Amino acid sequence: MSTLALTMTDSATMLRRNLKRAIRYPSLTFSVLLMPIMMLLLFNYAFGNTLGTGITAMGGIGDVEYIDYVAPGIILMTATSGAVATAISVCLDMTQGIVKRFRTMSVSRAAILAGHVVGSVIQTMIGLVLVVGVALAIGFRPNANALEWLAAFGLLGFVTLALTWISAAMGLVAKTPESASNTPLPLTFMPFLGSAIVPADSMPSAMRWFTEYQPFTPMIETLRGLLLGTEIGNSGLISVAWCLALTVAGYVWARVAFARVTRQ
Amino acid sequence: MPSSVMPTSSREGGRRSPAAISVQGLRKSYGEKTVLDGIDLHIPEGTVFALLGPNGAGKTTTVEILATLVRADDGRASVGGHDLAADPAGVRSVIGVTGQFAAVDELLTVQENLILMADLHHLGREEGRRRAAELLDRFELTEAAAQPGTALSGGMRRKADLAMTLMGDPRVIFLDEPTTGLDPRSRRTMWEIIRRLVDDQGVTILLTTQYLDEADELADRIAVLDGGKLVAEGTAEELKRRIPGGHIRVRFAEPEQLAAAVQVFEVAEADQESLTLHVPSDGSLPMLRSVIDLLDAASIEAAELSVHTPDLDDVFLALTGSSRRQADATTQLENVR
Repeated sequence: MSTLALTMTDSATMLRRNLKRAIRYPSLTFSVLLMPIMMLLLFNYAFGNTLGTGITAMGGIGDVEYIDYVAPGIILMTATSGAVATAISVCLDMTQGIVKRFRTMSVSRAAILAGHVVGSVIQTMIGLVLVVGVALAIGFRPNANALEWLAAFGLLGFVTLALTWISAAMGLVAKTPESASNTPLPLTFMPFLGSAIVPADSMPSAMRWFTEYQPFTPMIETLRGLLLGTEIGNSGLISVAWCLALTVAGYVWARVAFARVTRQ
Repeated sequence: MPSSVMPTSSREGGRRSPAAISVQGLRKSYGEKTVLDGIDLHIPEGTVFALLGPNGAGKTTTVEILATLVRADDGRASVGGHDLAADPAGVRSVIGVTGQFAAVDELLTVQENLILMADLHHLGREEGRRRAAELLDRFELTEAAAQPGTALSGGMRRKADLAMTLMGDPRVIFLDEPTTGLDPRSRRTMWEIIRRLVDDQGVTILLTTQYLDEADELADRIAVLDGGKLVAEGTAEELKRRIPGGHIRVRFAEPEQLAAAVQVFEVAEADQESLTLHVPSDGSLPMLRSVIDLLDAASIEAAELSVHTPDLDDVFLALTGSSRRQADATTQLENVR
């Protein structure tokens, strides 16, 4: 077999291992779902009325229900929540003897990381589907057609891939699982400081600048546009560019961190 | 690259045996602390070699370097005919490592762990299952096959770990403290397994241990490692012979007999309390015979006679004692830091 074929085979083996581990240890997977689902319930039933009225008074969202405004942003939060789980599981795995064992075997080095990242992306995508399901159950009424749904999940998948590579790197540089769970926390706050909960226009001017230029705002706007038919403008292109840049940066960082961890 | 094993002259200068592991001048330090200070090893194929030493002597570091986990600062080494620096992938293809802390995936079952190894060795489905079943049977793990790693006892976990190592059919096996923390019964079982590996499959084993009886039990040759240096090397017998302390112990029934015997053996030490006499001896047969002859000639009747050779504990303490003070000083310095 060629080197590439061997890498693919080993990656598939590592992926199987990681998926099995995820099934055996489901609490980490549940914790991924917990945050976005709690947010959905909280922002629909507890804050929805006030926020919805306030935003409508500003002329922000027209005659759309607040759940429709907030759901796309919270669905996206599933990806940031998944990033925390990825960092923890990568860090935990590196401290276990089994990775040392892999390193004494003729196993493709890239496969160890690839198995983690692909496994986490699959896990997060399943989480995304479940969160979308919960959103629909509590009254989210998108008007997207099949193609728009496909594009929405395509974007979510790309965002997840980018965040997973970054959080894998964070898990590799973390010395303990505790710090691995803390490092990606800022990521989970980013959508709040974007246009997930309220429109950027409604924020104080200093914050508005950050909101407009951070990666999550165009991603949320694109998702909202795809699912609800609001104006997308150039947000789509900017989102894809951000995803691409973050994926490459995360990949390079993770490879460097992995090499540093495994070379003593 | 020629794959033939590099011939290295053995220290005895006798028959040249191909080396499974050959090491010259291996050095490693972490910051200020020198962990390995020039190690030379020559381990012939199909033998068990024990690296014996106290905690912190550099045993694990030696294994980690030879298993390609850690890079040496200096020195040359080849494992299974592959140069460690030039061809680490070649080394990985012939070795198996069972570390100090069992490397079993705790969330997977024993069976799944073995199949994981089979997949990573690209054995194919059938062959992987066959070999897994065979190893489960051989290590009496069949009943535990469906249990996750977390549910295993210490002894079973070590066995599962070793079984995983054997899935790849390695020619050279590193066992880093394979029985540390095991109960006596599990230790015996591990010893049994290790001995059979060498007898049946002719693999080469580098074993590290801090237990003298383990080295004595398993190893063809033993090297004593202390403070990053090899302080002695040889068979268990050779090491025992290197230090004084052997004697013939003669016990008498009556104090008068002991008193008479003291007259005969001038160099002996008498213990009035237990009515015994210690005659210094190298443990050889002529020496033993002459003791008996002298007793007979003087018509002294002995109740019991036994030969005491120094055990490895004596050897260990004698050999590692000199650098102990130095090590203590180092520890003290570290604590201050």
